[in-house]
Amino acid sequence: MSAPEFRNGLVRWIDHRMGIFSFMHHELHEYPTPKNLNYFWNFGSLAGFMLVVMIVTGIFLAMNYTPHVDHAFDSVERIMRDVNYGWMLRFLHANGASFFFIAVYIHLFRGLYYGSYKEPRELLWMLGLVILVLMMATAFMGYVLPWGQMSFWGATVITNLFSAIPWVGESIVTLLWGGFSVDNPTLNRFFSLHYLLPFAIVGVVVLHLWALHTHGSNNPVGIDTKGKQDSLPFHPYYTAKDLFGLGIFVLFYFGFTFFAPDFFGEPDNYIPANPMVTPAHIVPEWYLLPYYAILRSVPDKLGGVLLMFGAIGVLFILPWLDRSPVRSARFRPIYKQVYWLLVADCLVLGWIGANPPDGMFIVIGRAATVYYFAHFLVLLPLLSVFERPLPLPASISEPVLKGGGAAGGTVKPMEKA
Amino acid sequence: MRPANARMFRAGLVALLLALPFAATAAEAPKPPPQPWSYQGVFGVFDRPALQRGFLVYKQVCSACHSMSRLSYRNLLQLGFDEAAAAGFAAEVQIADGPNDEGEMYDRPGRLSDRFKKPFANEKAARASNNGAYPPDLSLMAKARPVGADYSFALLTGYINAPSNVQLMEGMHYNKYFPGFQIAMAPPLAENAVEFPDGTPASIENMARDVVQFLAWAAEPKMEERKRIGVKAMLFVLVLTALLYAVKRKVWAAVH
Ligand code: HEC
Ligand code: HEM
Repeated sequence: MSAPEFRNGLVRWIDHRMGIFSFMHHELHEYPTPKNLNYFWNFGSLAGFMLVVMIVTGIFLAMNYTPHVDHAFDSVERIMRDVNYGWMLRFLHANGASFFFIAVYIHLFRGLYYGSYKEPRELLWMLGLVILVLMMATAFMGYVLPWGQMSFWGATVITNLFSAIPWVGESIVTLLWGGFSVDNPTLNRFFSLHYLLPFAIVGVVVLHLWALHTHGSNNPVGIDTKGKQDSLPFHPYYTAKDLFGLGIFVLFYFGFTFFAPDFFGEPDNYIPANPMVTPAHIVPEWYLLPYYAILRSVPDKLGGVLLMFGAIGVLFILPWLDRSPVRSARFRPIYKQVYWLLVADCLVLGWIGANPPDGMFIVIGRAATVYYFAHFLVLLPLLSVFERPLPLPASISEPVLKGGGAAGGTVKPMEKA
Repeated sequence: MRPANARMFRAGLVALLLALPFAATAAEAPKPPPQPWSYQGVFGVFDRPALQRGFLVYKQVCSACHSMSRLSYRNLLQLGFDEAAAAGFAAEVQIADGPNDEGEMYDRPGRLSDRFKKPFANEKAARASNNGAYPPDLSLMAKARPVGADYSFALLTGYINAPSNVQLMEGMHYNKYFPGFQIAMAPPLAENAVEFPDGTPASIENMARDVVQFLAWAAEPKMEERKRIGVKAMLFVLVLTALLYAVKRKVWAAVH
């Protein structure tokens, strides 16, 4: 960890007084990274990229946006029609929110598959979940800003949930609204918070990276690096790989932004908010649908709210629910199966969340909700005890060196499961 | 057993994703049939003569009831009208302005910078002349309904006689594409309601097609610019990504 010899005199001068260049060299250049990371390890930096995109486009939008119930919708349409490249800013921001969540959800499910939440990365995992919660709050409040029908009614439904809290619920809702219904004070505070929270996210991202760099990345085989032969310096290996992945990701992001910009949106949000007309189906943005499904699966309001928050809460205690010493699902024949069941379950919940809560949808929604919690609270603790993991390789280099094939696709089981 | 399971999951997921759009739009009215709009697709652009005809239909028919207050007369230049023609359309209406130096409000002919004039002073007035129903602003109509353009076209051409078992409410009309089927808007288009300067026959279908294309343009006047820039941006990122891939291969060559 010796300081590198910098060629530029000014850099040397600064670094001697404040080791910022040594720090960057250490954390971004020589930072040892497992050599066998696959492309699922790109999504962390992709999420970071999206956070920057959101902040930059958001700041320029805020220069042209008016947080007032009489002007918000008009100001967004003015951005779309009369502000130079305003349509681009707005579509980059609106679709950016979706792609931010796509990146983060893939990142999170990557962690679930490869056991990245296990010792010694519990805090890293929990900080990631804090980011997710802050993102959901930010995106929810951002969606209110254009003050369309879904903005207004989404805000009304979601803020109303807090009234289920015993004793203080009603007061909390009044506080959120700044009055006795969703109205101008609500829009004002949501705008203020929508501007603030992304910077709070930046702060937690710094902590997240701090925790990451303490023990370094997990990897697809889930065993620790055992020396120099198992790792590569971050630069140029992973900078090159991350940038290539970024190019692919941006192609998708731009594809939607420029050619199907309203794909993730709701037609109702092109109708100005009207407190007198309730839309037929009030649905949140797609990335909140699974929680919405859980909320509506419980006949009791407070129970629904608790379970909805519990869906994230259970992820916080996941490192202590899954006691299996093996991290990667590659060596956990049964976990690997229930992992994909969980993925399917979350997609089902999302689908239920998009549909009206009646008939079969209720039944399926309840079953999917029960299964979601059973996965974490029943299956994982049981698997920790009863599952027989496959033998682990001696080191990361071993499978990597064996023809290279093993590191990419699925590993051939070494004995029957 | 394991690969079979995996295949089943994947099949299930695909089935689910396919079922999604149908489940979401399972309303009672039939799905509006998709129309071959010239502006669709990556390279699609608006058909300027059709937009001009569509504007005439709006001006001479729909504007009696519907406002389009997000448009200004200057936006008509984009439809291919020259400045004199656009200014002429603006000057046809009287706009309230003021106060002048004496503190009086006054009417003056419209200018290019004015927003399209609304047919009614406010919602109450609009309802009063429409049997209690409110003709919504059409500026964003093409985006404010699922498949808005196809829907609007289907709506304008979807008036039929009410089935014998349906009791039409007072002042309502039967339309097979309107949710609930009973709509307060009387069939707005009649054969030859408009005379097109370019000689296009003013059939109901032609008028509907043109006015809906005009609505689609109005909902996002920057759509052509968006796609034009999008193509360049995609090409740029595509080349950049190819280069980045080459760099990545080179950097990693020694490791693999
Ligand atoms: C005589 C007045 C009148 C004229 C002329 C008129 N409309 Fe309407 N329109 C209405 C009213 C009233 C409604 C509201 C109907 C309802 O909610 O039942 C309406 C509703 C609509 C809707 C929305 C339907 C929905 O899904 O809510 C569209 C689209 C529409 N009109 C298009 C047009 C077009 C295009 C024209 C010109 C070709 C036109 N209208 C001419 C009165 C009119
Ligand atoms: C974590 C990062 C962020 C997320 C997830 C996010 C999400 C969103 C979403 C979903 C919308 C609604 C888009 C629409 O349908 O129109 C929105 C709107 C908006 N956001 Fe953000 N945002 C983020 C950061 C920011 C920042 C940092 C700012 C300003 C400094 C900002 C300013 C705005 C403004 C002015 C709007 C209203 C304009 C519009 O609706 O397009 N956002 N945001």
